Amino acid sequence: MIMTPYSQLQATGIHKSFGRVQVLNGIDFNMDTDDAIGIVGPNGAGKSTLLSVLSGAQAPTSGQIALNDKDITQLPARERAKQGLVRTHQIPKPFSGISVFENVFVAAIHSATSNREAAYDIALESIKLCGMLHLANREADSIGLLDRKRLELARALATQPKLLFLDEIGGGLTDAEALQLVDTILTLRERGIGIVWIEHIVHILLRVAKTLICMDSGQIIAQGNPNDVMSNQQVMQAYMGGTDHALGA
Amino acid sequence: MNIKRSNAYSQVTLSIIIALFIALIILPSFASNDVMERLTVLFIYIIMAAMWNTLAGFGGLVSIGQQLFLGLGAYTTIRITDMGISPFIAIVLAACLVGLLSWPISTFMLRLKAGEFAIGMWVLASIGHLLVNLDPLIQGETGISLIALNQYSIESRRLFIYLAALLSMSALLLGLFYVLRSRAGIAMQAIRDNEEAADSIGVDPERVKKWFFIFAAFGTALAGALWLAQASSFQPKTYFSVQWTAYMIFMVLVGGLGRFEGAILGALLFFAVETWFATAGVWYLVGLGAVAMLCSLFLPKGIWGAIESKLGITLVPVGYQVTGLTTDTLKNK
Ligand SMILES: Nc1ncnc2c1ncn2[C@@H]1O[C@H](COP(=O)(O)OP(=O)(O)OP(=O)(O)O)[C@@H](O)[C@H]1O
Ligand SMILES: [Mg+2]
Repeated sequence: MIMTPYSQLQATGIHKSFGRVQVLNGIDFNMDTDDAIGIVGPNGAGKSTLLSVLSGAQAPTSGQIALNDKDITQLPARERAKQGLVRTHQIPKPFSGISVFENVFVAAIHSATSNREAAYDIALESIKLCGMLHLANREADSIGLLDRKRLELARALATQPKLLFLDEIGGGLTDAEALQLVDTILTLRERGIGIVWIEHIVHILLRVAKTLICMDSGQIIAQGNPNDVMSNQQVMQAYMGGTDHALGA
Repeated sequence: MNIKRSNAYSQVTLSIIIALFIALIILPSFASNDVMERLTVLFIYIIMAAMWNTLAGFGGLVSIGQQLFLGLGAYTTIRITDMGISPFIAIVLAACLVGLLSWPISTFMLRLKAGEFAIGMWVLASIGHLLVNLDPLIQGETGISLIALNQYSIESRRLFIYLAALLSMSALLLGLFYVLRSRAGIAMQAIRDNEEAADSIGVDPERVKKWFFIFAAFGTALAGALWLAQASSFQPKTYFSVQWTAYMIFMVLVGGLGRFEGAILGALLFFAVETWFATAGVWYLVGLGAVAMLCSLFLPKGIWGAIESKLGITLVPVGYQVTGLTTDTLKNK
């Protein structure tokens, strides 16, 4: 009998405000850490902020986050990374003065293993999976925006995460490139890595996510089976209101 | 695919460094007094530049108050020798004590962001200056001599100070080399480039920055103590002067910020300029400023940075090079 250790991420009553601006307004969010969840919602809905709160980059104003029933609300991002919760950034944040390989290696040696040789292998593997081997020795400063997004993914992967938070890594890709990205993500799914993926391009998201969440004005307005979510009245209204991104674009 | 951390140039460099070190060790048996005194100064400049580069170049921590540690290193040496301890032991002890003191200093200074940190360090240096002036032993700005040195003859004093500076410089550069090649070295560069991203992948920015800060404080204090030994007198305002940090900045910016070789090259250039033009007075300072300006305009990565990117040469490699990226490995997904 195979025993898969049951593992859950729970966020309850999450509020986040910047000064007087309320950005997250009572979010309750539960998932098995090996699940695949897509998040959609109009610009400014609070998607990235939710990711920041879940990954530990920002503390919530109120509310709790628990991993396997252990409270991690106060745990900084670096500690969460060591427990397998890692994010990518919507606006890439490369370490621009060092090479692509070094960007990824620093993640491997800090969160995956402290063995140098093992970290080399993990870093090279992650870079290869993201199709960046030919850029391995290039200074991160000198690569283009799409490659910076790939680098975000490769760097996060090198920490050997349990659960990956992806923030719009597919934006700006051609159809072929987007399908390649989906392939990469599906490979991660096969390895048992959980995914929370924010993306405006819904048809891409649906190749990976079995559950969809739609956010608007700091709240989850619909959640569940992707088709149900997409045909939800509130969801359609939210997108009529914020016209920047048509769904499925 | 493999990871390489050295190259043909660096292996040649290593042999040259070893030969140079041996040459410098036996040099006192035939060199003139003047040459030894000037080389002592050069070694101290190299320490100062390397330490400022450690903080600013590899850590992004731009301080304009490193004279704090220079002054405290010298002052602590005076204080320790006053207790009857040999000056050469005092120099090392002083650097260790200042390194220790820099720990609590780091806990509040590192909370400050970029510009605040830079200015904050300067303010702290001024406070340090004032506090040292309160010590009656120093006699205010009149200062005090390192009288403990008088127990040695002039010749052995010159020799000891020369060797102390040579060994300190070599040990610090070697230490820096190892630190930069370690896990902490790559972590510090990641923090320099993006602290939030570094944190997101498991790097502890506060801890890493603290150790780099302490290392630079220790090295700069050692430079201050050695400077005191070769100048043999201590006036607070000459040691706690911001001019020292200006020199450090000059050396590092001209040589190459964030490059191991850059700080050393910058120190050599500064030393040469000083040796030839220092008698030109004000024009000497104007010249320094002009060179620094020209460099930052036309060679943003400093002279070494330009050489490195033009020729692709690294003499002291602290990074990681992926080799064996053949078309085969690239295709073989
Ligand atoms: N650090 C901050 N300070 C102040 N306001 C912020 C901050 N970060 C985000 N906000 C605001 O919070 C709101 C939600 O931002 P967030 O980035 O989470 O939205 P999003 O759903 O990811 O949008 P997008 O689809 O454009 O990425 C926006 O109105 C934004 O201006
Ligand atoms: Mg966003």
